[in-house]
Amino acid sequence: MEILFFYLVAFVTLVSGLLVIRCQSPVNSALALVNTFFCLAVFYVMLHAPFMAAIQIMVYAGAIMVLILFVIMLLNLGTESRQRYTRGVVWSSIASLLMLIVATVTIKTGQVTGAEGEITAHTVKSVGHTELIGRTMFTEFLLPFEIASILLLVAIVGAVVLAKKEV
Amino acid sequence: MDNNLVQIALQNVNMWAIMPSLILICFGMGLLLINVFLPRGTTKHAVWISLIGLVVTGLFVFKGWGDPQYGFNDAVALDNFAAFFNITFLVAAGLTILMSDEYLRREGYPVSEYYPLVLFTTAGAMWMASGTDMMTIFLGLEVMSVGLYVLAGFFRNQVRSNEAGLKYFLLGAFSTGFLLYGIALIYGVTGSTRLTEIGIYLNAHTSLLGNPMTLAGLVLIAIGFLFKIAVVPFHMWTPDVYEGAPTPITAFMSAGPKAAAFASFLRIMEYCFFSLKPEWTAMLWVLAVLTMVVGNVIAITQTNIKRMLAYSSIAHAGYALVGMVAANEIGYSGILFYMLAYAFMNIGAFAVLVLAGKKGEDNLTLEGFSGFGYKRPFLGVAMTIFLFSLMGLPPTAGFAGKFYIFAGAVKAGYLWLAVIGVLNSAVSLYYYLRVMVYMYFRDPLEDYAWVSMPVSVVVSIVIAIAGSLYLGIVPGFVMELAKLAVF
Amino acid sequence: MSSTTGSLPTTAPILFEDYLALGIYVGIALFLVAILLLLSWGLGHRTRSRIKNEPYESGVYPTDNARLKGPVPFYLVAIFFILFDIEVIFVASWAVAYDRLGWAGFGQVSFFTLVLLVGLLHLWKTGALDWGPSAARQNRKNQDIP
Repeated sequence: MEILFFYLVAFVTLVSGLLVIRCQSPVNSALALVNTFFCLAVFYVMLHAPFMAAIQIMVYAGAIMVLILFVIMLLNLGTESRQRYTRGVVWSSIASLLMLIVATVTIKTGQVTGAEGEITAHTVKSVGHTELIGRTMFTEFLLPFEIASILLLVAIVGAVVLAKKEV
Repeated sequence: MDNNLVQIALQNVNMWAIMPSLILICFGMGLLLINVFLPRGTTKHAVWISLIGLVVTGLFVFKGWGDPQYGFNDAVALDNFAAFFNITFLVAAGLTILMSDEYLRREGYPVSEYYPLVLFTTAGAMWMASGTDMMTIFLGLEVMSVGLYVLAGFFRNQVRSNEAGLKYFLLGAFSTGFLLYGIALIYGVTGSTRLTEIGIYLNAHTSLLGNPMTLAGLVLIAIGFLFKIAVVPFHMWTPDVYEGAPTPITAFMSAGPKAAAFASFLRIMEYCFFSLKPEWTAMLWVLAVLTMVVGNVIAITQTNIKRMLAYSSIAHAGYALVGMVAANEIGYSGILFYMLAYAFMNIGAFAVLVLAGKKGEDNLTLEGFSGFGYKRPFLGVAMTIFLFSLMGLPPTAGFAGKFYIFAGAVKAGYLWLAVIGVLNSAVSLYYYLRVMVYMYFRDPLEDYAWVSMPVSVVVSIVIAIAGSLYLGIVPGFVMELAKLAVF
Repeated sequence: MSSTTGSLPTTAPILFEDYLALGIYVGIALFLVAILLLLSWGLGHRTRSRIKNEPYESGVYPTDNARLKGPVPFYLVAIFFILFDIEVIFVASWAVAYDRLGWAGFGQVSFFTLVLLVGLLHLWKTGALDWGPSAARQNRKNQDIP
């Protein structure tokens, strides 16, 4: 049951991923991208990471997509610009194929390693994935968490400096 | 769900370990808040406040020397290594801010957000140098990079500046992706992001060393940093970004962030991958030679001084990489020394360029410097000193830095690498000397009447001269400090 | 990791069936939408004519391209939306564990929020959230009038 569901979602993900790059209209591509994001969120749920799924939908399918759509509207790209960027299909196919081979070989030959952590599927089940992330974020990774706020602040200031209309 | 509410909290926060960056952040945020209540175009207060912030931070770093502080459950360490690099960043930021106000005014863009952004960027660099956790380093890198993307494109009405910002942003984001993939792979292999834990785990499980995942992680992390350092073949962005960015920001980028990338690169390689040292030194050997040769050879053909300095900064990254290949005490402390020296001499050279330009045109061609040395003796002498230092001639900082780095390489048995480095320095004489030929042996085309000498820029030039000469004439003291700072 | 997790009991691993209800819910929703669309498509009355195909059946003829370029401030707002969206996510990760994190956690998340509050203040006072002429320009205009 689970494996069937996985293949179904995987198939939809791949198809919508292909649509992203093959669609004529940029808006259609963007919609296909939303679909891809939702499928990825489903994968996160299947991996028992509901928080990641929520982030995927809130940030990617929500905010990032808004940004992408705004860019499309801002630049107002027609279909005529498409020709310029679809050269080199052969080369990119070869590169992707090589990448696929490298990834496959790496996964096949690299043994599954990793230090056995204390957080197992059991703990995730009993405490809750989101709460575990919260705890780790505020203990082990407290400093990176606080630096993230500075990063957001710099981004806010930077956006204002670069894009705000002159007063 | 268990209801026994066990309070969990981080045991050893230890704010002292992040105090320098925290001070800078507080000054930056305070400045942002003050700015919004003042009319636009007032920047003098911002210059003063940020300089005071840098000095206070510097005093704090000095006070903490020799007294390492570890905080946030080993996510950050303010040890001598971090302190030394922090001083380099502060010097770079201070000199940059001193020369910025004049330049921004001349270009008609006196925006006070510039200064908080420089402070935040410096704080990001500090987190990179003092981070002992992959996530701290990564977020420090991001804070620094995002600040730099904005600063590089700061003149938003100038196409060149836009191009610089956009190019830096796109390629920088791409390289950050590499770095993150590397971190993720290494986390997958070792189950930790703490540098020391990764190192211990890899050392204890030698079967993992040949694992493709480990090697891929190592290479990807290296690519992330080598991009920031602008090592060939990841250097393509450098000339365009350096040319298009506002001149003070170019100066800052070539000194501060580059040193920061070196700092965390050094720390990660030494803490995490010491078991793989033969592999990565071999990799860096090739890259160091490539970087020196490509940087110097292409610099010869440049007629735009800013581009020439961009290629020369690539070459200088190559010299510093030699110290990493050597991977011994002299080599590492040589890098620390060299980065400080480079901050003085390179930013000094850019400060002269700032003064030599007019509004809207930076006057960067070699022709534009014909007879500059006669007409403007002080600037001519200053430029001469900086160029001597960049060439690596005694008695300047550049000579001492190169000397230590190549000595480290020879000591580690890389005689050929040192020879290649020295030969490259000889090549670099050509294009540095050419600037001086134009400055002193060509008839002046203009009288350079537009060149004003504002106090702040002159102060930064004087500080840069003093630093270049001090580090060149009595390098011993600082070198001893640098030796105390390495692992 | 040991210091962070506290005392963690262990029970059975998560099962796929846990999400079955959600899956069925989504399935029913999609099914209903599909049914409604199909019904209206199949049972609806259709007319095809030249006039029917025009954007406005009566009124002005449309001219020019419908794709106008959006102004930059929209984009700026979208960026701010992302930034504060990310903030919400970070704060949410605190909210689910607030009882265990105690006052220390509260202080930490307060610092996080304060930093972003500085950003918000900056946005507000520089007028990045304003639509129409900025406060500064309005002041200038008001001065010009007398």
